[in-house]
Amino acid sequence: MIWLGIDTSNMPLSVAVVKDDTLLVEWTSSVKITHSVGAMPAVEEALKQANLKPTDLDAIAVSEGPGSYTGVRIGVTIAKTLAWTLNIPLVGVSSLETLAGNGYLFNGLICPIMDARRQNVFSAVYTNTGEPKLGDGHYSLEDLLAKMTDMEEKIIFIGHDVAIHWDAIQLALGERAVRAPYYLDLPRASVLIAQAKMKDMPSNEATHHFVPDYKRITEAEANWRADQKKAGNSHE
Amino acid sequence: MSKDQLILGIETSCDETAASIVRNGTEIISNVVSSQIESHKRFGGVVPEIASRHHVEQVTIVIEEALKQANLQPADLDAVAVTEGPGLVGALLIGINAAKAFAFANELPLVGVHHIAGHIYANQLVEPMQFPLVALVVSGGHTEIVLMRDHGSFELIGETRDDAAGEAYDKVARVLKLPYPGGPHIDKLAHEAEEVIAFPRVWLEEGSYDFSFSGLKSSVINYMHNAEQRGEVIKPEAVAAGFQASVVEVLTAKTLRAAKEFNVKHVIAAGGVSANKGLRAALESTFEREGIPFTVPPLFLCTDNAAMIAAAGSVMFEKGILSTMSMNGKPGMPLFNW
Ligand SMILES: [Zn+2]
Repeated sequence: MIWLGIDTSNMPLSVAVVKDDTLLVEWTSSVKITHSVGAMPAVEEALKQANLKPTDLDAIAVSEGPGSYTGVRIGVTIAKTLAWTLNIPLVGVSSLETLAGNGYLFNGLICPIMDARRQNVFSAVYTNTGEPKLGDGHYSLEDLLAKMTDMEEKIIFIGHDVAIHWDAIQLALGERAVRAPYYLDLPRASVLIAQAKMKDMPSNEATHHFVPDYKRITEAEANWRADQKKAGNSHE
Repeated sequence: MSKDQLILGIETSCDETAASIVRNGTEIISNVVSSQIESHKRFGGVVPEIASRHHVEQVTIVIEEALKQANLQPADLDAVAVTEGPGLVGALLIGINAAKAFAFANELPLVGVHHIAGHIYANQLVEPMQFPLVALVVSGGHTEIVLMRDHGSFELIGETRDDAAGEAYDKVARVLKLPYPGGPHIDKLAHEAEEVIAFPRVWLEEGSYDFSFSGLKSSVINYMHNAEQRGEVIKPEAVAAGFQASVVEVLTAKTLRAAKEFNVKHVIAAGGVSANKGLRAALESTFEREGIPFTVPPLFLCTDNAAMIAAAGSVMFEKGILSTMSMNGKPGMPLFNW
């Protein structure tokens, strides 16, 4: 069984090819180039290095978000199109779950962090066996840290955006907060594939209806709903 | 061409998700368009993030439908052509990445097409282009006169200095409180009018092929304002007719002057606003009178579609103008020669 994994949900890019239980090729970078320029050449190169053709693939795993809207969509569009045209299943995994996967060997809880601007984050808290303790979501940093105060264990914070919020995290949690080393801060498509393998395999027909999990409605929609409320209309 | 050439076109530059298969650059085998107009209506215009979300939901469905309607397999195709720009960047990226993944999986060449070249080449699906040719390109984002001496040769001889014609239509439609998208509503109202308000024509300096519509838009707003203050009843039909008459007269006259100056064999109209009945009628009668062959695509090929992208991509593919897997969306892409 040969898997291709793609994560473009935030600034880092990761692409991997896994055959059964062997990681054949993995490309992970956090160089600022747009995923539209970098992702398909990375897929092409990964398969070439693995000495495989697109038709050798058996399944595709993709990071379904949350993260950068455009970033998530690029990965999902590539994965959807490949899965559909190659007639193989497509499995989506939360980008937060994949990042948390880098910390499964940590003795404590795991908190993946992605900055969502204005003191907000996409985050979650997972156990080191991958069970969600606090679900994936869009949180204000303050709310997130408040929810952690009565979790007793140590918590490792993972992600290249942890740096932005590290002072506030330490202030709130003190010694209980552990910062991941840099080499765990980038999502890895091999972890994504391992997590995808644990999920139910969707039918090939489901691929057309696969959509990113944005975790947020659009700003236009939010404004529109607020205007409707103000005008006293109930929305559809 | 010994064997038929089959090109899959993909277009997602604005609010239509579209795929089409075209044979030999001239014959539509299938043409699928999934429109989002309903989703953007309540916002009074296209919301880029919502457009991108729709594209990612629709893109594989639309491509599959294009193949199904054509009764073809990916292996039957010769190349994949996709709109590379200009347009909404987030929207462009969906079509581009779908096209790249599809081309990669099926080992097909990839062609990146300029959206306006696509609109121009929609005419190839109607009648072969004769060179030299003048194209009037009018849409929500563009108002241009392009001189073509051959395939893939585009000389921009005039363009708008402010609003695009379609943009002016949308803005005036808003002033007249017409629903989005406003253009077709103004066109319809204009045809119902019994009187016509006189608005100025903006010709700019002598000999210029450029356009300016923002002054006309202001004239309409001023007229409405003054009429309101004087307590007069405003007849929207008369305003629409006056506005349309001004736009159509300037577009037609400048296109005709360009056609004569460059001694062209063919005049074509392209872009969403070329679906406007008033404009089509004026161009048709003008060039018939002048004895210059004139083509405008049927309405479904004036608005955004993927058949036009495949038609332009067909000629680019023949010329060997190919793209790579690192193709990016180019929101401000200039029209380039091939
Ligand atoms: Zn267009």
